[in-house]
Amino acid sequence: MIKKYNVKKELQYIVVFVAVIFFAFVPLFGSTAIITMSTTIMMYIVMAASWNMFSGPTGYISLASGAFVGLGFYASGFMSNHYPLPVLMLFGGLVSFALAALMGSITLRLRGVYFTIFTFCLVELVKAIMTWYEIMVVRKRGLSVRNFGSDTAFYAMLVMVAIALIVVIVVKRTRFGMALTGIGESEDAASHIGIGTTRTKVFGFAISAFFMGTVGAVRATMLNFIDPGSAFNMMFSFLPVLMCVFGGMKTFLGPIIGAIVFASLQYNLVMKMPQIYMIIFGGIMILAILFMPTGIVGVYERIRNSLKDRNSIRKEVADDANA
Amino acid sequence: MPMLEAKGVSKAFGGLKAVSNVDIHVDKGGILGLIGPNGAGKTTLFNMISGAIQMDSGTVMFDGTKISGKKPNQICRFGLGRSFQTAKNFAGMPVHQNVLMGALFGKKGRSNAQAGQIVDEVLDFVGLSELRDKMVPDIPLAYQKRLEVARALATQPKLLMLDEMMAGLNPSEVSEAMELVTKIQKSGITIIMIEHVMKAIMNICDRIVVLHHGAKIAEGTPQEISTSKTVIEVYLGEC
Repeated sequence: MIKKYNVKKELQYIVVFVAVIFFAFVPLFGSTAIITMSTTIMMYIVMAASWNMFSGPTGYISLASGAFVGLGFYASGFMSNHYPLPVLMLFGGLVSFALAALMGSITLRLRGVYFTIFTFCLVELVKAIMTWYEIMVVRKRGLSVRNFGSDTAFYAMLVMVAIALIVVIVVKRTRFGMALTGIGESEDAASHIGIGTTRTKVFGFAISAFFMGTVGAVRATMLNFIDPGSAFNMMFSFLPVLMCVFGGMKTFLGPIIGAIVFASLQYNLVMKMPQIYMIIFGGIMILAILFMPTGIVGVYERIRNSLKDRNSIRKEVADDANA
Repeated sequence: MPMLEAKGVSKAFGGLKAVSNVDIHVDKGGILGLIGPNGAGKTTLFNMISGAIQMDSGTVMFDGTKISGKKPNQICRFGLGRSFQTAKNFAGMPVHQNVLMGALFGKKGRSNAQAGQIVDEVLDFVGLSELRDKMVPDIPLAYQKRLEVARALATQPKLLMLDEMMAGLNPSEVSEAMELVTKIQKSGITIIMIEHVMKAIMNICDRIVVLHHGAKIAEGTPQEISTSKTVIEVYLGEC
């Protein structure tokens, strides 16, 4: 009712979900390497999609993803010997949700770059606390995590992809999603027409953190051993931002495409040229931001629109000639 | 009984007293004009009443409820709508969706169907029906300002605060805007407006408050204000 049904939009959702279903068959005939890589791609998709769900419409660029993924890591680390994977995921997600809600209610009053700086520091803060805990309290660095097998991790990630994408679509269609967009467009106007801006932002931030926590919990089980350095990794904070910029922010397909392209690029570069991988990777990122600020989806739309314009001009010329 | 009554409202930014100890009130169904030179504290006063900034001291009663200290979204739900001096529309949305935002969030528990109906009514009321599918940056400034008002009207306020709705408009657009303000008042909504366009203020307001350096220096009917010596000295100028 709020939005008129748009056939093309519906179509892209259907295509993505059919792809997700097909993806479920990968473990049946793929090698372990392929399964692991697919699991990583799916983790990136969840991270990018959930990051984009909050930061896309509101414009509040969060660099706290690393903290939430890390909490997921440690949820698995603490509990993997006693509980099944779904419980670990739920626990990791809820802890991240709680931290995001707490931090959000303090910091989401901050606007613009101050929020980003705070979230950046949050990762280091949580990492420092965890390091202190391990050194001073338990006197043992790192934790070993039970491995549930690559197939289990794969399917857990697949389920999270499906849930995350469904939540993204639902949020987009509800008043909550509209409120997030309103905040991004004009926060003053939003608050003066009755939107509880702080509450909306905190809730959006926390939902996005929930997903980071769940995939972190799965990821940890693939690593056997975790420590604060590997868990609270700034890389996890930057990845979703880069992937969304790369694929196209504020779109449904952007983060998905960004994550897939990004993960494959990263994988191939690491495999084929490990020494100069970061240099090439950085170069590609710079070129991407310079030449396609709206991401892959943006470039596609631009080409399509210019073709449409050209066709309509051609048609007009033809009509004129006929007349 | 006054619709809105602000008493002893003050705000200082560092050492600068933007608004000091100002009392204003507006009666139900009335139109109060707020005038004064640039930097007199008019918009700051608006911001304090609407909850956008916190006041240092003073109280604001709105329709029998104390609203000072509350947040903008709560104040909006009590029935106080406002527009902004520089249009703060949702630029990434089409015109009708801007109004829909006001309709959806302005009051609790509105269904989508009700909100949709409000959008149609409001767009028709302010005369934006034909532009409903246009994107905000594609419509002229006069209409963007109208959209500001439409968004506030969609929350169905009892009191509407208009901040320089006519600034930057040409004379014919000003007359249209004046008609709109009168129409809004006739529909039963109380209005407080900040304006520099004297023709508009003098014609449609039933009372005027003059601010200067954050203090209220005069108050009265348009007749009294236009003949007041102090007001002429600080604001209107000799002619």
